[in-house]
Amino acid sequence: MDALNGLMDGFATALTPMNLLYACIGVILGTAVGVLPGIGPAMTVALLLPITYNVEPASAFIMFAGIYYGGMYGGSTTSILLNTPGESSSVITALEGNKMAKAGRAAQALATAAIGSFVAGSIGTALLVAFAPSIANLAVKLGAPSYFAIMLLALVAVTAVLGASKLRGFIALFLGLAIGLVGIDGLTGQNRLTLGMPLLSDGIDIVVIAVAIFAIGEALWVAAHLRRRPAEVIPVGRPWMGKEDWKRSWMPWLRGTAYGFPFGALPAGGAELPTFLSYVTERKLAKKPEEFGHGAIEGVAGPEAANNASAAGTLVPMLSLGLPTNATAAVMLAAMTGYGIQPGPALFEEHGDLVWALIASLFIGNALLLVLNLPLAPLWAKLLRTPRPYLYAGILFFASLGAYAVNLQWFDLALLLFFGLLGLLMRRFGLPTLPLIIGVILGPRLEIQLRQALQLGEGKWSTLFSEPVAVIVYVVIVLLFAAPLSSRLIRRTPKEA
Amino acid sequence: MTDSPVLREGAPAPDAPDPQPGGIDKPQLGLAALVAAVGLFCIVGTWNVEAGFSGADPLGPRFLPRLVGVGLLVMAGILAVVTFRGDRGEAEGGEDVDLTHKPDWVTVAKLAGIFALNIALVDFLGWAITGALLFAGVARVLGSRTWIRDLIIGAVLSVGSFYAFYVGLGVPIPPGILDGIL
Repeated sequence: MDALNGLMDGFATALTPMNLLYACIGVILGTAVGVLPGIGPAMTVALLLPITYNVEPASAFIMFAGIYYGGMYGGSTTSILLNTPGESSSVITALEGNKMAKAGRAAQALATAAIGSFVAGSIGTALLVAFAPSIANLAVKLGAPSYFAIMLLALVAVTAVLGASKLRGFIALFLGLAIGLVGIDGLTGQNRLTLGMPLLSDGIDIVVIAVAIFAIGEALWVAAHLRRRPAEVIPVGRPWMGKEDWKRSWMPWLRGTAYGFPFGALPAGGAELPTFLSYVTERKLAKKPEEFGHGAIEGVAGPEAANNASAAGTLVPMLSLGLPTNATAAVMLAAMTGYGIQPGPALFEEHGDLVWALIASLFIGNALLLVLNLPLAPLWAKLLRTPRPYLYAGILFFASLGAYAVNLQWFDLALLLFFGLLGLLMRRFGLPTLPLIIGVILGPRLEIQLRQALQLGEGKWSTLFSEPVAVIVYVVIVLLFAAPLSSRLIRRTPKEA
Repeated sequence: MTDSPVLREGAPAPDAPDPQPGGIDKPQLGLAALVAAVGLFCIVGTWNVEAGFSGADPLGPRFLPRLVGVGLLVMAGILAVVTFRGDRGEAEGGEDVDLTHKPDWVTVAKLAGIFALNIALVDFLGWAITGALLFAGVARVLGSRTWIRDLIIGAVLSVGSFYAFYVGLGVPIPPGILDGIL
């Protein structure tokens, strides 16, 4: 199917009243959870996985897409109005954004973030349309050795590139792989690591793991460190920008997009690096660099655009290769498998209608967010004042409900508590959560590819290097390990910031 | 490996997170032990798994568990060594997280207790009741002092979710003791 035709069909699916409603619910829910502390888009999609039992795949993914983009918007609101960014991707936005808000320019900061997100999201999604199908076309032709290498690259990249400590990243990844081993081995039909418990034969449901690590772990961790007095929220009216603000914002938006999309599309993903690069660039190019550190609008416009463009870029490996590189994408892939849809390069061919509806809904959700968020900003700011006991009681309530609804048995709640405590431990000791989730999801697929590759290669390990793409990918993996050299360079710069 | 994340340095950090400079993070040795235990479990727990027909599946079902297990054991060792050298992880920040205070593990234990109670009672009493208790209990532990209101909100949420799942999603949540009433 030709990309443009596919996209048109996608719009036709996404624009039905029912699906528009799902898109609306998605973006509103996404923004709300993005604004609320302690709960993010990944966890929200995880909690909503039960709807996959009864809702059409297209509608569910349209809603998930709205939550994904909405979460980005909401995150920027929090970091501008509160001086404590919740996610690493909005740390940079908080730098100048909060200074602007304190100087009485919260409305302009929110406006440049919202409009910049719209611009970046739209361009990013257009680039997704341009690149994802052709990448998928190429990837379909790859054999098991290449596909194994690419998955390995995604695992290594997510683990080694993001986060501060490689050791902790790999511990998290291997714990995830271990969790993924539990259950019946698909090729031999034998139980592994189930302790003889029949309830574990099907493996541990990814919903339970994701909700436990993201929601329970987070809530318990916050409970241990709850602020005596909630952080101060800066009140705000309707966002708007003057002529001067527009003039200073549009170039940073475009430059931020240019940074964000490629980084998001790489298997390493992540919004941290592009937002940071965008910030540094804007500071260097600014006409009034002395404003940086005191609330320069360029320092909000650029990183916010980079953040959203990277979110769009993340969908390239997810839709074209079946590789998730952030938590929300990982949970969305789990939802796909829940529908019996095999994520991977064949997705565009086998489920083109679904994929294109999802992409079309990204355009729609992006526009909806702009229309909704400019007038609703004061309301979102109020949401930040939710009494914390209710907020975290609500999170634990819905987390339990989500896990219970998977199989309607207490056993899943016990697993939820168990892995929730693991999530708490991970936060205490600075173990990153993303490698664990990716390990749980990709581990089993990685094993199958590896065993199939060796099956075809009659057990010879050299078969793993039999395809040129695989060899290239292994070279890249080696380079990634050599990368600390360059990351040390970056590490030095923020000190001057 | 001990460096703090690249980007956070420039971020408006809340007051310096309880540094305790120089000391060894002893609980982290516990983490290393846990990691080693999981690694050992991966190896021992799949010891008796039989390989399939060797021709069809040369690698067999034991390869990855062993690889993962060995990896975890090695990393547990490294973690123990660097812990003795004074390495400590960077505790995760967040909007509502205040790392300047000592962690309040009593609250965490109470929450885990409420959670365990929910697990024990959910089959008997049903979600509509235990869900409400869960909500009210957690709110109470986290500082809410309005029992009645918390219980009412909890009940609205739990009964509401019962019907939302039943009617909206076609997922019948077991009613427990309220069978026939709900």
